[in-house]
Amino acid sequence: MIAAAALFLIALASAGTAGSAEIPLAERKSDYEFMGRETRAMQDDDTANPATLWVLDGETLWQRKDGSAGKSCGDCHGDARTSMKGVATRYPAFDAARGRPVNLEERINICRAEKQQATPLPFESKELLALAAYVGRQSRGMPIEITEDARIKPFLQAGRDMFTERQGQLNLSCAQCHDDNWGQKLAGAPIPQGHPTGYPLYRLEWQTLGSLQRRLRNCLFGIRAVSYPYGAPELVNLELYLMWRARGMPLETPAVRP
Amino acid sequence: MARALINAPAKAKRGEVIEIKTLISHVMETGFRPDNAGKPIPRDIITDFICKYNGEEIFRAELFPAIAANPFLTFFTVATESGTLNFEWTGDNGFSATESVNITVE
Amino acid sequence: MNNDDRVVQRTRRRFLVETAALAGAAGMGLALDAAPAPATPASMHTAIRKVVGEAPLNKGKLKIDVPALIENGNAVPLTVSCESPMTESDHVKAIHVFTEKNPQPNVIGAQLGPRAGRASVSTRIRLADTQKIVALAQMSDGSFWSDEVEVVVTLAACLEGT
Repeated sequence: MIAAAALFLIALASAGTAGSAEIPLAERKSDYEFMGRETRAMQDDDTANPATLWVLDGETLWQRKDGSAGKSCGDCHGDARTSMKGVATRYPAFDAARGRPVNLEERINICRAEKQQATPLPFESKELLALAAYVGRQSRGMPIEITEDARIKPFLQAGRDMFTERQGQLNLSCAQCHDDNWGQKLAGAPIPQGHPTGYPLYRLEWQTLGSLQRRLRNCLFGIRAVSYPYGAPELVNLELYLMWRARGMPLETPAVRP
Repeated sequence: MARALINAPAKAKRGEVIEIKTLISHVMETGFRPDNAGKPIPRDIITDFICKYNGEEIFRAELFPAIAANPFLTFFTVATESGTLNFEWTGDNGFSATESVNITVE
Repeated sequence: MNNDDRVVQRTRRRFLVETAALAGAAGMGLALDAAPAPATPASMHTAIRKVVGEAPLNKGKLKIDVPALIENGNAVPLTVSCESPMTESDHVKAIHVFTEKNPQPNVIGAQLGPRAGRASVSTRIRLADTQKIVALAQMSDGSFWSDEVEVVVTLAACLEGT
């Protein structure tokens, strides 16, 4: 099984670089469609979806006063169900003060630092994931809305370059699997198109909730390429490109994946 | 306390068989996974779950390391009378969590 | 906390298999700080016998519902249901689940009774490998009924690291 996977990867690695084409918009499918029936059922049922535990924690954290300003998220934003509706569909978003895009987790930490005078929550911490899951949940079902404007264009291009350029020991690009060979099997598992429509999500492999950056770092490890630390601009650019690539697709946060 | 989620009908007819779904946050460390040095990470699991209906035990389960992280457990009971369903999870390292929901039976 | 690393898992499995061979066919435990040998069909049968004693296992009444092809062995949805009127005089007292190749054979032991209304329990289990799952139901009349299924467990295609 591993030998077969290795042969497949070697074949990909030695194939010509002749243009990876983007998936036509109408042919895009959520990674949800590549999962088995039972895993989909786990995502569809909030009472069975393990990610719901984090959403509930996020709801509690939303109301918790924090920082030297002694404010909670709710003190400024009110009821998240209204104020956060649609927000997660627009991230990563350009941050004028920083002159670059930031993802949702970074945005939460910026709020904490600037408005609550609270310390940032570590990347991948239970609390940050819970808040991101809670905020993301308020946009579930809404179409992802990354629009290409002049300010994000260079970052989007950087993300696109990273997606399409060969890298690592296997000399593979993301596009070779996820644009060119989606739907085919790799070591028994179908290759999805790789749209981040449900982050943060409960990955059965992790046995916990995790962010898109965690998944990207793991992907890079999997193709034996240099990975980046959490919060690295390279990862945010890639997140931006991936969300843009998924534009118009409905958000599924918090999803379940195998 | 660990986050728990109970899904049970708030209302039921007398004699109706109702489904109760429970979900609790817990790593369920098996005791078989090695750490980076190769030593097994010590076991840390929920070992017992009890559901009581107005104080009377209606369901009990013994859990082993083979139960997945963030244990999900569903079972059925007959709606007999209005009252409270109590849930208790106990486990290694003195783990204890409780939750309860009310039910109206007409 | 570190997460399951497939390379480590495979290395661990090899280690466990080798040490199991050393420990002998009885599947006896090893040194206190080492992981126990994986369950074998023999240790699963021992675990089953611990529950049923000498009673025979009848085929029927019980049904295991589990995906035939499992995408990830970390969280496999499992439902065990048993036909029974669930009356005072005729009900399911308990449902037990076992596996053949997990490091430990027991999965869950649930106590039911006439108040259950329906003898059906669902949960999510871990499966270390492609293997057999055995479930049994203990009835109020003392009889035991069982069902078994073979499942195929696939591993994630790419190693994740952390």
